[in-house]
Amino acid sequence: MKKNIEKKRKRLFIIAFLLTCSVVSVAQTDIDAIMMEKNAFCVGPMYSYSSWKNYWEGTLKRENLNLGRVSTQMYGVMGNYGVTRKLNALFSVPYIKTKASAGTMSGLDGIQDLSLFLKWRPVQKKIGSGRLSLFAIGGLSFPMSNYVADFLPLSIGLRSKTASARLMADYQKGNLFATLSGTYVFRDNIKIDRTSYYTTEMHYTNEVEMPNAMNWNFRAGFRNHRLIAEAVANNWTTLGGFDITRNNMPFPSNKMNGTTVGVNIKYVIPSLPELSIVTGGNTTVAGRNMGQSTMVYGSFFYVLDFSPKAKTAAKKK
Amino acid sequence: MKKTFVLPIAFLSAAVLLITGCSKEVVNRTDDIPALNPANIDINAGTWRPVLLTTPTEFPVAAPIATTVPDYIIQISEIKTWQAELTSEEKRLVKYWSAGAVLRWNEILRELVAKHNLPPYQNPDGTYPVPSANNPLAYPQFPFANPPYAARAYAYISAAQYDALVAAWHYKKLYNRPAPYKVDNTLQVLIPQSDLPSYPSEDAVVAGAAAELMKLLFPGDQDFIQQKVEEHKRARLIAGANVRSDLEAGELLGKQVAQKFVARARGDRAGAAVGNQTLWTQLETDCIARGEIPWISQETPKRPPMLPLFGKVKTFLFDSLTAVSLRPGPPPSTGSQKMKDETEEIYDFVKNPSRENIRIVHFWADGINTYTPPGHWDAVAAEDFISKNYSEVRWARNMALLNMAMMDAAIVCWDTKNFYFNPRPSQLNPAIKTLTGLPNFPSYISGHSTFSGAAATILGHLIPEKAVAYEAMAKEASLSRMYGGIHYRSDCEVGLTVGENIGNYAVQRATTDGG
Repeated sequence: MKKNIEKKRKRLFIIAFLLTCSVVSVAQTDIDAIMMEKNAFCVGPMYSYSSWKNYWEGTLKRENLNLGRVSTQMYGVMGNYGVTRKLNALFSVPYIKTKASAGTMSGLDGIQDLSLFLKWRPVQKKIGSGRLSLFAIGGLSFPMSNYVADFLPLSIGLRSKTASARLMADYQKGNLFATLSGTYVFRDNIKIDRTSYYTTEMHYTNEVEMPNAMNWNFRAGFRNHRLIAEAVANNWTTLGGFDITRNNMPFPSNKMNGTTVGVNIKYVIPSLPELSIVTGGNTTVAGRNMGQSTMVYGSFFYVLDFSPKAKTAAKKK
Repeated sequence: MKKTFVLPIAFLSAAVLLITGCSKEVVNRTDDIPALNPANIDINAGTWRPVLLTTPTEFPVAAPIATTVPDYIIQISEIKTWQAELTSEEKRLVKYWSAGAVLRWNEILRELVAKHNLPPYQNPDGTYPVPSANNPLAYPQFPFANPPYAARAYAYISAAQYDALVAAWHYKKLYNRPAPYKVDNTLQVLIPQSDLPSYPSEDAVVAGAAAELMKLLFPGDQDFIQQKVEEHKRARLIAGANVRSDLEAGELLGKQVAQKFVARARGDRAGAAVGNQTLWTQLETDCIARGEIPWISQETPKRPPMLPLFGKVKTFLFDSLTAVSLRPGPPPSTGSQKMKDETEEIYDFVKNPSRENIRIVHFWADGINTYTPPGHWDAVAAEDFISKNYSEVRWARNMALLNMAMMDAAIVCWDTKNFYFNPRPSQLNPAIKTLTGLPNFPSYISGHSTFSGAAATILGHLIPEKAVAYEAMAKEASLSRMYGGIHYRSDCEVGLTVGENIGNYAVQRATTDGG
């Protein structure tokens, strides 16, 4: 009898602990190690602003007085649903607006690509005094509107449908953690509005072969149930593609590479643990055929619990 | 628990399938077209009127050796040696070149234009360097193949190919040497057979003429061009279409005729079209003196107008007095209500553009790093000519008519632009943001409209069943410049009319050239 009570107490404690965890697990993305609890849905709006004045024309860093500062504003919605505590489904949809501060070129705006991810954590085990988690993440993205890809650097996106496969490992010891991931991104060919284009040779077609890409991401810092403060290094490398020639315009199938470093902070409001605030930014430290952009963002996320228990509790109220 | 595994595994396998299953290879529209098999060999084309040649015999072609002598038999053996062991690359070459010599060299020319259609980057002091033909590989590479330069390149090469083929057809009929496969019926033939005499080779004529002019127009791309010439000749040998002496005589004739065009090009005043600071200032002050707001470069640093003296270049289809007479009356005064209204109309187009309008703008933009509007019309023409199964000489004639019309359109258009020196819409209203690159030269009249009016007119004459379609395309190309925010309605409408007037000179020539 006593044993049973103790077991029950233990169970209750574990449940309470997990519930707290699920509140901590706010604002997860497809590229961090945080998972939502089963039936919990975390959703929120996001805003980001990024801009650059210098860019890499191939490997040559330059400015362009006829573009001035090129800025991109993003208004997005992101969400994450816990199918189980080992399997989460994520989505995001951004609306994007671009602008050049100088010259005559018009900015563009529109709804860009819908991204969907399944994030799976098949392994989680204690190693030493810490805990190792392994993840497999599959992603798909496709354009939500017939936006223009071939108007770089003012296009809102590249229009390519993508499929990505990511492996990720996370190690947490006390309040400190480190996460490393590698992603292969398959990018489908795109169609542009003109019937021919020149890369390093002439193409008499409106179809553009998009090189695939590889993404590396490393993040480390402090993580507990209240606060996450992390530093992030990210590298995007296009596997193929060509360099922008001297004083030419960029093209969707350019070899676009970039390395950014940045920080993120996630804070759970103590008085309202369903709500968290997320903010951060990054800057580009190396690149090729890309702008040397600096980005800041902010968002808040709210957790809705769709578990049967929560529903019953709500009804009783 | 099972569900937990099924979902992610299904999703991941779908992703893996996508990654491994999709072929991303992109094919060009003309990669898989059939070999040219002319419906009519135009055996009498030696009597057609050439452009520059005084007679088709101006450059004599020696009589070929008889097909019975040992020397000829050796040349047949050479083909057989090639054919004994064909690599897949050699088969590809035969397939590529058998689609048509004029077609392929036009595509190669369009490629060179696109490659070189890049405006030079500024000097540290804010001036702009001018590419030098004497040092073509140093930055900025020669040439800057902008629309006027490109129009001229297309015209010279097309016209030279046409003249050289008229001469070739004269000698083909005169010497009447049969194709190698008619002499030796054991020879494999990898192309459609033809009754056209094979000496001198029409393919080598086209290649020789193109390569000789490209030396002048694209001096930094010699190796690329020479490689194409060699591949072209080899493809004809491998195919069993020509023996070596057919090719040698053809290439020589092509080069000799092209030399006559090179001499014309050296003296056609295009070399001086860049102008100088005194001239650029003069154009501006003349415009102010007329009481108008002059065009000012919207680039930073301010770039001189593109080839302001191109309007003085020697035309192909009419004389210089006629060229001046084709210049239209002035645009609406920059101070007038009409100009205000026209500027407002453009602002309305760009402030909230529809996706369809942007598509039209980008479809016809033909801006930097493209083959330019004349190249676009060559592409349109080529795709229609393919379905017509023209003989090479008719292909060349029709391309020459089209491209001479567009070069003359460039001349009259540039003369008009720099005569009136009218500002762009975004200069009069800086709120106008453009949906394509803003061309760095005066507005009136629209180059796209002038090119398109001329092209649609001559093409409508050559292929009457498509005349209405060409006219609609020209209108769309013209409108695209308003949708893009870079031209007023007057620029476009007057440009189309001026282009049509020029196109009619090509029509006139087409009705009297014997072709």
